[in-house]
Formats: sequence, C-alpha cells, structure tokens
Amino acid sequence: MSSILQQLLNGVILGSVYALLALGYTMVYGIIKLINFAHGDVYMLGAYFGYFFINVLHLNFFIALVLAMAVSAGVGVVIEFVAYRPLRQSPRIAVLISALGVSFLLENGMSYFFGSDKRAFPQAIATVQYHFGQLQISNIQLLIIGTAVVLMLGLTLIVQKTKMGRAMRAVSADQEAAILMGINVNRTISFTFAIGSALAAAGGVLIGLYYNNIDPLMGMTPGIKAFVAAVLGGIGIIPGAALGGWLIGILETLTQAIGLSDYKDAVVYGILIVILLWKPTGILGKNGREKV
Amino acid sequence: MVERILQVTDLSVHYGAIKAVQQVNFVVNRGEIVTLIGANGAGKSTILRGISGLEKPVAGQMMFNNQDLNGLSSESRVQQGIVQVPEGRHVFPGMSVLENLRLGAYTMHDKQQFSKTLAHVFDLFPILAERKTQDAATLSGGEQQMLAIGRALMAQPKMILLDEPSMGLAPLFIQKIFDIIQQIRESGVTVLVIEQNAHQALTIADRGYVLESGQIIATGTGAELLASSQVRAAYLGG
Ligand SMILES: Nc1ncnc2c1ncn2[C@@H]1O[C@H](COP(=O)(O)OP(=O)(O)OP(=O)(O)O)[C@@H](O)[C@H]1O
Ligand SMILES: [Mg+2]
Repeated sequence: MSSILQQLLNGVILGSVYALLALGYTMVYGIIKLINFAHGDVYMLGAYFGYFFINVLHLNFFIALVLAMAVSAGVGVVIEFVAYRPLRQSPRIAVLISALGVSFLLENGMSYFFGSDKRAFPQAIATVQYHFGQLQISNIQLLIIGTAVVLMLGLTLIVQKTKMGRAMRAVSADQEAAILMGINVNRTISFTFAIGSALAAAGGVLIGLYYNNIDPLMGMTPGIKAFVAAVLGGIGIIPGAALGGWLIGILETLTQAIGLSDYKDAVVYGILIVILLWKPTGILGKNGREKV
Repeated sequence: MVERILQVTDLSVHYGAIKAVQQVNFVVNRGEIVTLIGANGAGKSTILRGISGLEKPVAGQMMFNNQDLNGLSSESRVQQGIVQVPEGRHVFPGMSVLENLRLGAYTMHDKQQFSKTLAHVFDLFPILAERKTQDAATLSGGEQQMLAIGRALMAQPKMILLDEPSMGLAPLFIQKIFDIIQQIRESGVTVLVIEQNAHQALTIADRGYVLESGQIIATGTGAELLASSQVRAAYLGG
C-alpha cells in the first residue's frame, strides 16, 4: 500500500513537469492550431540555459530558473516569428513540417555545438530527504511540485484576469472577431509563445536538477508525452493540460511499479489511443465542438 | 453643414479571381444612418470588411475623417473610431457577457471612460446588465446581437459598421434592433448598416445605396429608394 502511495507521489512529481510542458502545447494549439513539435526542444534549451546560469555564471538556482525562463521565452518568440509566422496562410501541414524542422535544428544544433553527451547538471541545491511514515520525499521533489503549482496559478491569473490573457482567449476563440476588437493578433501570438516557452524551460531546469543530467535529446520523449497529456486533457483547454500531465505522470510511474517498466511508453500511447476512441476531444473537451 | 466622415472612392476588393466589389463609390456624412442593400453575394459584407481592414482592397481609396485608411492595420482603424459588428454576431464563446464587453474596450485605456461607456451600453441594453456573468455562447440569438453591438460601442466608435444586425431574429427583436440603431445615431455615432431587411433599413436610413454584383446601381434618400420601382421590384417584394 505504502509503495503504491510512494509511486503515486513520484508520478505527481513527474506529472508536474509534463503538465508544465503540456500547457505550452495546448496554448499554442489553442491560438494557431499548431502542434508545436519544437516545444520539447525549448524545454531542453531551458535546461541548458539553467545549466549555463548556474555552472558558468554561478547564479543562485532561483535566479537561474527565472533567467532561463526569460531567455527561453525570447527563443519561443523568435521561433514563431521565423518559422511559423511566414506560413500563417499556408496549409497547416506546411507549418507542421516547419515545426519538425525547428525541432531537428535545435537538437542537432545543440549536439554540434555543445556535444551530444549527457552532461552533469550542477547540484545547485543539496538534496534533503524527508520521511512521512513510509513515504519519502526530497526537497527537490517538493520544489518541483511547488514551482509547477505556483507557475500554473500564475498562468491562470494571467489568462483569466489580465488584458493580454483575455486577448489570448479571444484570439483562440475567434480570430477575426478579435481583430475587430482592435486586438493585435501577432503580438498576442508572440505572447502565447513566450509564456508557453517559459513554462517549458522551467520544466527543463527542474528536471535537470532532479535527474542530475541533461542532453540535447532530452526533450524528445517528454515532449511527446506532454503532447499526449495535452490531447488527453483536451487540446486547447488549459486546465486539461495540467490534468493530463499529472495523469500521464502517475500512469507512467504506476506501470513501472507493477513491473512493466519496459512497456511504460507503450502503456502511455495505448491510453492515448483508447481515450481518443472513447472521447476524441479529451477528458475536459466538449463533445463535437472542435473550433474551426 | 454636412461633413464627410467616410469617403470611399473606386474601391475594388477581390477574392482571388472573384471580383466581389468593383469600383464602388459612396460617402457617409457625420451623424447619418446610411444603408447598403443588395441581394446575397452582392458584395455588401466585403465592402465593410474592406473598411475595417479585414480584406485588403486591390484598388481604391477610403478616407475616414480625412485620413487615408490604406495601409492602416485593423487595430489602428479601431483606434481611429471605426468599429465593425460582424455578420453572424461572433460573440466570444466561453467568455462572460462582461468579458465580451471588456474585449470591446480593448483599445481603450481609461478606466473612467470604460465605466462610463459600460453604463451607457447597459442603459441601451438592460438585458446585458442582467446577464453580465452568463456565458455569451448561451445567450439567445437576439441577446447575442445586442451583445455584439454593445461590445462594439465599448470602443467608443465614431462610426459603427453593422453587418445584417437583424439576421435570423424574430419580428419583435428586429424592431428593437432598428430602434437601437436610431438611438445609437442619436448618441452621436455615425451608422453604416447592411441589411436584407431593405424595407426597415430604408425607413430609418437617411440615405441608401443599392448594390448588385459588386457595383452600386442606385442611390438616394431612404424615402426615394423606398419609392423607386426598381428597388421595390428587386428588394421589397414588389
Ligand atoms: N473569403 C472568400 N473567398 C472567396 N470568395 C468570397 C469570400 N467571401 C465572399 N466571397 C464572394 O464574394 C462575393 C460577395 O460576398 P459578400 O459576402 O460580400 O456578399 P454579401 O452581399 O455580404 O452577401 P450576404 O447578403 O449573403 O451576406 C460573393 O460572390 C462571395 O461568394
Ligand atoms: Mg454579407
């Protein structure tokens, strides 16, 4: 029993990182209907920026986290501007291919310039284990959950209460009507990429600290799982991404716990298929109301 | 003294090979209600979309308040005081009535002005005040139309462009919408309105233009067009 609880807890931690990543997928999809395949690589870049700020500039972990988020936000904005915006009127498949291109460019570019080997992520915070009865949790794990929750609350505030957040929702719901309100659609899309990329970077830095290593391909698998999480929760729906992220994290660790480690990815994709057959719009999605 | 607020000269708008609007000329004077009437596909919506910047004309000039609109973004046009209520209302689903109205005021930065305008809109449409927190998607068609108009007024336009505001509404609601249009004009906003309901539109309009296949084929005061046999035959059911 206690080991199940322990696995649940571990799942929530992993899921927090998936959730941070899934939010970016879902927001970008919501606003320009693009599956941003390069999103997992922004998470990777975020981890490298964190590495750089801690290891090279010797900054405090939290300052490094915030800076990595800020720089990655800028990278996200540039990616959209260079690779997606010029294709805004093109068929969707063209943008999708462009996203794949950006993904390969970032992965191979990072390998070329910084090597494809894993590198040790600095232990910026010494690990301390806490015990609650049979349960064990580290300060790093608490930090991951805490940061994820704080960022999600912040995102909710921005999306629900600020003018920019309202503009994001308006552009997602009805782009032409948003234009008629005098909303600058390009600026709103840039803002969406900035926020999504910052969240992904936070996930990357946290996972670097947690697993102690980073590499140029570290974004591939989490990227796909976070995408699955976004679809599972209902693509385009922000709370759905958080829910989907946690669910996938928990499922993954539970599959491992019952001795199916080798099949954990298969289980995740199997679930995706089942969910899509049962409810194509995702758990929080409204049936049959995919916005066009 | 009549003062031009909008002057459209030789406006042409194409969709690829489709010449939706061809060399159209018309003017709107400050404080007027002007209506564009014409059959389905005549190009009425396209003209409004050209004015609000949703479509880029292939030729022609649009002067608003003596300023050339060509090259101005839709955003700047809203700031200049041109606000369009789109055909089919297009309220933002999943957002409350109040949020929709806030979005209407997106280009306005003064909190006091916002409260004042909101009070004015609630005056005009008391139902919107009652339904402030309701999801806009769950409003009835007539309520959505009121929200769409209220939302446009939140930007404090100098000129409002209405694209078939009475479309799909019951007779009682249609009358209400036409009353509101007159109230909007009385509050100092110039109105350019497209209508299928040619009879009612011409009744409240100072002047009208008749559009056919992307070209203006007749113009006159509302009363003149109402009396014209050509217009009666084509648009007023004889
Ligand atoms: N996005 C578009 N792409 C291609 N053709 C279009 C597009 N929008 C409109 N058209 C065409 O342009 C012409 C004018 O259309 P428009 O919508 O301006 O007509 P309308 O007078 O507003 O008609 P209705 O009363 O039915 O709303 C029509 O032939 C229409 O098919
Ligand atoms: Mg039309």
